[in-house]
Amino acid sequence: MTKQLLSPLPGTFYRRPAPDKPFYKKEGDAVAIGDVIGLIEVMKSFNEVKADVAGTIVKFHADNEEPVMAGQLLVEIG
Amino acid sequence: MIKKLLIANRGEIAVRIIRAAKELGIKTVQVHSAADVQSLAVEMADEAANIGPPHAAKSYLNIEAILAAAKHTGADAVHPGYGFLAENANFADAVKEAGLIFVGPSGAAIRIMGDKVAARIAAQSAGVPVVPGSDGRVDDSNEAKDIAARIGFPVMIKAAAGGGGRGIRIAENMAEFEALTPQASAEAKAAFGDGGLYIERVITRARHIEVQVLGDGKRAVHCFERECSLQRRRQKVWEEAPSPVLPQDIREKLCASAVALAEAVNYSGAGTIEYLYDDGSEDFYFIEMNTRIQVEHPVTEMVTGIDLVREMIRIAGGEALRFRQSDIKLAGHAIEVRINAEDPAKNFAPFPGTVASLNVPGGPGTRFDTMLYQGYQVPPFYDSLLGKLIVWDETRDAAIFRMQRALGELRIEGIKTTKSLHQLLCEDDNVRKSDFHTRWLEPWLETNAHKLEAMTQ
Repeated sequence: MTKQLLSPLPGTFYRRPAPDKPFYKKEGDAVAIGDVIGLIEVMKSFNEVKADVAGTIVKFHADNEEPVMAGQLLVEIG
Repeated sequence: MIKKLLIANRGEIAVRIIRAAKELGIKTVQVHSAADVQSLAVEMADEAANIGPPHAAKSYLNIEAILAAAKHTGADAVHPGYGFLAENANFADAVKEAGLIFVGPSGAAIRIMGDKVAARIAAQSAGVPVVPGSDGRVDDSNEAKDIAARIGFPVMIKAAAGGGGRGIRIAENMAEFEALTPQASAEAKAAFGDGGLYIERVITRARHIEVQVLGDGKRAVHCFERECSLQRRRQKVWEEAPSPVLPQDIREKLCASAVALAEAVNYSGAGTIEYLYDDGSEDFYFIEMNTRIQVEHPVTEMVTGIDLVREMIRIAGGEALRFRQSDIKLAGHAIEVRINAEDPAKNFAPFPGTVASLNVPGGPGTRFDTMLYQGYQVPPFYDSLLGKLIVWDETRDAAIFRMQRALGELRIEGIKTTKSLHQLLCEDDNVRKSDFHTRWLEPWLETNAHKLEAMTQ
């Protein structure tokens, strides 16, 4: 059973802290509760998106720099 | 003469530019991202062109897409607004190389003013006072001590190769300076591979005062100053013209220095020269020049009667500056407050959403520059500025009362805004007495957090 992590806010989704930095997490990576998996930029302010379950990243449903709505599926954690 | 102007921006400034173009009989093309299809600027412009996805890097910062839209629509000029590509010298050059008019200064002037050291040198050679400092890198510790003693404490020690505030230290006296200099040099060496330092006086209780200039490449005039000392996280929240504290003789010197610098770089269009002003010593120091129209330009328009956006379009179209300095007169007092989609009760968290209803203030001396309309969805992808409420009156005291009256009329339902912040500022004794500086607002916000919370509910 996979758990879905939804975007808490509308904005732009980033999978890495800066354009020249590696992704926070890739598919197949292990995650612990509280691990940062991405950022949501809302009106130029950046908000961390943290995992609320432990497990493995099964699939990202939003790409780096993709516009997202609040409640949109970002990532599945299994 | 410009026939068709492409607006390479969005939001309230795009609306402002379209209005000026229409008054000049110029057709308009509004470029927009996929998130701005429903924007007021798109609605108002003669034509619209989609230049890409919501993310600004792929749309409003995409030079190729903007130039392709200009070519496709037959635009002969590009207005960059503020932010995005407005101070990108490569964009100004690319527009020109595409055979189009850039509404702004030359790429060369943007390049000089965009470089901290080059801008400082240009200011000094035009006779404009700069913040006392080391005039370049310092490697020798004895030389550093001599410079610190000369410019006076407190001093700021920065990495010559650095940026973004990294490794900045402040020394209050020589003993601290001697202790901090080796640390700063070692950290700079570790971080940037270069231990060179840069030393500058800290102006502790500075006010932010800036001078509006207009130039045609040959000659420049000033349109007096604005004061923007009320800032949160270095973002201006309240701006006024003229400065309430500047003595007339200092005003004349300050404005003349701005004209000298603009003429020294053959400045063309509207520009702003920013200064720190120490109201104790009455000294002013050049900080930087912004080579574009600024958010707070309306307060200058209200006290001089000059339409700055229209003038910059006329100048770009090849007209000579239409004013002599003696034609430009200062009358009354104007205040602008920024209405942002932010929740003052929650540390100014952004608040995108849908405008359920909108009541725009009116009446004498009242202007609201905005891109809002009832039903508009404020997208989360761009900055939080929704509009600017500007008032003019004969005196500053009267302007504050008029601002309170206008804020009372302003109603934006559906989203949280910074209206309550400005209502509280209007009531504040220090604000009424103009007793503030650039670091005044942040502690005030902490002290008044509970009041903001109560007012925003």
